[in-house]
Amino acid sequence: MKTKLFKGLMLMTMLAALLVTVSCQKKVETAAPEVPKDTSVSTTATPKAPPPSVPSTTPMVDSEKEAFTSEDINFAFDDSSLSATAQEILQRKAAYMKKNAAVNAVIEGHCDERGTTEYNIALGDRRAQSAKSFLVDLGVASTRLTTISYGEEMPVDPRQTEEAYAKNRRAHFLAK
Amino acid sequence: MEVKKKNMRAEAIGKCLGLCLAALVLGLMVPEQGRAGYDYLDIKKYFKKIPTAVPRFQDSTGTESGDSMAREGSKLLEDTLDFTRYFRMIDHGAFLEYPHETGVSAEKINFRNWTGIGAELLITGGLVKDGEDTWLELRLFDTFKSKLMLGKRYKIDAANQRKVIRKFCAEVVKLLTGLEGLFDSKIVFISTGTGKKEVFICDFDGYDPKQITNDRSIIHSPAMSADGKYLAYTSYKRGNPDLYIMERGSKKEFIVNQKGSNMSPAWLPGEATLAASLSFSGDQEIYLLTATGKMIKRLTRSWDIDVSPSFSPDGRQMAFVSKRAGTPQIFIQDLQTEQTRRLTFEGRYNTSPAWSPKGDTIAYAAMEGGQLNINVIGVDGNNLKALTQQAGDNESPTWSPDGSLIAFSSNRDGAERLYVMSKFGDDQRRLLTLPGAQKEPKWSYIADNNQN
Repeated sequence: MKTKLFKGLMLMTMLAALLVTVSCQKKVETAAPEVPKDTSVSTTATPKAPPPSVPSTTPMVDSEKEAFTSEDINFAFDDSSLSATAQEILQRKAAYMKKNAAVNAVIEGHCDERGTTEYNIALGDRRAQSAKSFLVDLGVASTRLTTISYGEEMPVDPRQTEEAYAKNRRAHFLAK
Repeated sequence: MEVKKKNMRAEAIGKCLGLCLAALVLGLMVPEQGRAGYDYLDIKKYFKKIPTAVPRFQDSTGTESGDSMAREGSKLLEDTLDFTRYFRMIDHGAFLEYPHETGVSAEKINFRNWTGIGAELLITGGLVKDGEDTWLELRLFDTFKSKLMLGKRYKIDAANQRKVIRKFCAEVVKLLTGLEGLFDSKIVFISTGTGKKEVFICDFDGYDPKQITNDRSIIHSPAMSADGKYLAYTSYKRGNPDLYIMERGSKKEFIVNQKGSNMSPAWLPGEATLAASLSFSGDQEIYLLTATGKMIKRLTRSWDIDVSPSFSPDGRQMAFVSKRAGTPQIFIQDLQTEQTRRLTFEGRYNTSPAWSPKGDTIAYAAMEGGQLNINVIGVDGNNLKALTQQAGDNESPTWSPDGSLIAFSSNRDGAERLYVMSKFGDDQRRLLTLPGAQKEPKWSYIADNNQN
């Protein structure tokens, strides 16, 4: 697991370096590459990043399923764009869904408790949508994916700390 | 429609009369301010609460019920006037005269006893027996002129006491400010006291809260149509965030359950038409719908979030939140031309617009330094002002139908509760005490008072 993560990180870092050099970006706020927000309209922008990692050792199918539903993707404040880490997780989810054709998924969009109620439902909607668009771009049939936003209603961590807020800004996956 | 027009005309005439009287009376009372006339109580520079004394009512019925009504009635009148934020109620300990013993009519009152303690207005009440019936006589005096400004007589019993007191308060406020509509209004809101979220409704002053949904689910954004006939809200009771429009008389229910989020309803003033934000197209756009949930037309066209519509009082323009500029900001769209302009430029998070009934101001929730506060801004983009500061997160502003007050939710004391302040931001007080948390208030003028 650790080596897998390490490999992924290495690849992403290289990719990031590449992107920065190629596009001559003036402003790089984080080390991770900026991903266009509108992933669903710009199919070309989807990075051809690491192929879904298929470990050489035979994995426990249950642990894959477990990872599919337990691994959330997280977002920056008031943001629905996908970070490099989020994209990496989504690639694993896409691989899992392609391998298990009977599995359909519900993608829940969530927000931290800051911000206003209605706007947060809309923001949660955007987060679930951008995760869905990314999976569709990777070849998962859109009919297998439904989205729902809960806004700020269901925090995983009820504390009022930056750490808790970061955990609560997420897209969560359910397998059906 | 015809009836409505007539009502409006009557209202306008009533308003004019009230204004003339108010201008006259106030002119006499406070000469240096009186020339401001129409907007006397509206002008911040001159805004001053009127020191008012409401001594205990006199009971001349000689009955036990009369005595308790005299005590409760005067307290209720005092609280009701106090709620409007126009009056400063003078402490009873300062009183030099006790009209419940000495008499309530002009010739029994020594006005210098009232001007001496700073009271500009005095309201007395007397309960009298007339055959089998009990009547409440209420008098409003200008203490400096030793003059009766308003005198009313109501048939009263323990059951209609509150209604009678409110009716008189409405007359007083109309006489002094020209404004009406507050005392017939209701507030719908979300409360979690049952363990789940439900829609509740209460009177304008927080009295008589009642639960009106039983969805046992997540519920958001209750909004009542102007005639009180329909309640629209978002509920997850069937799993998805769907928009429900409840016809309150018949309990008939209409559902907008498109794919995605169906949310943030707002009624067009005076019509059975509402706007709501739906995301079935892939992103949130605002649509105009009939009261039965049928699509009339799409209003916004921009990628990313468009949400939280609020209409101008003439129904010609719509304020809403859009992320089209990268951060959530308030925009205004003309419904005829579909021309859209950005209203807010300060800060990176401006949401929940509420257009004032007078039409010139928009209240909204702005995030600054991680905290949400209620701001107001002119529809021309000028006169931005923060109304809440350093008091937790403050959300969901909503105007009283007369435009004098703003209700909102705040977590300043822990859980989210409902608060009311004047439109200038002063006098921020809890609206009501209920178990659980309360949020998302929406103030509505309910024409038909019987429809609870």
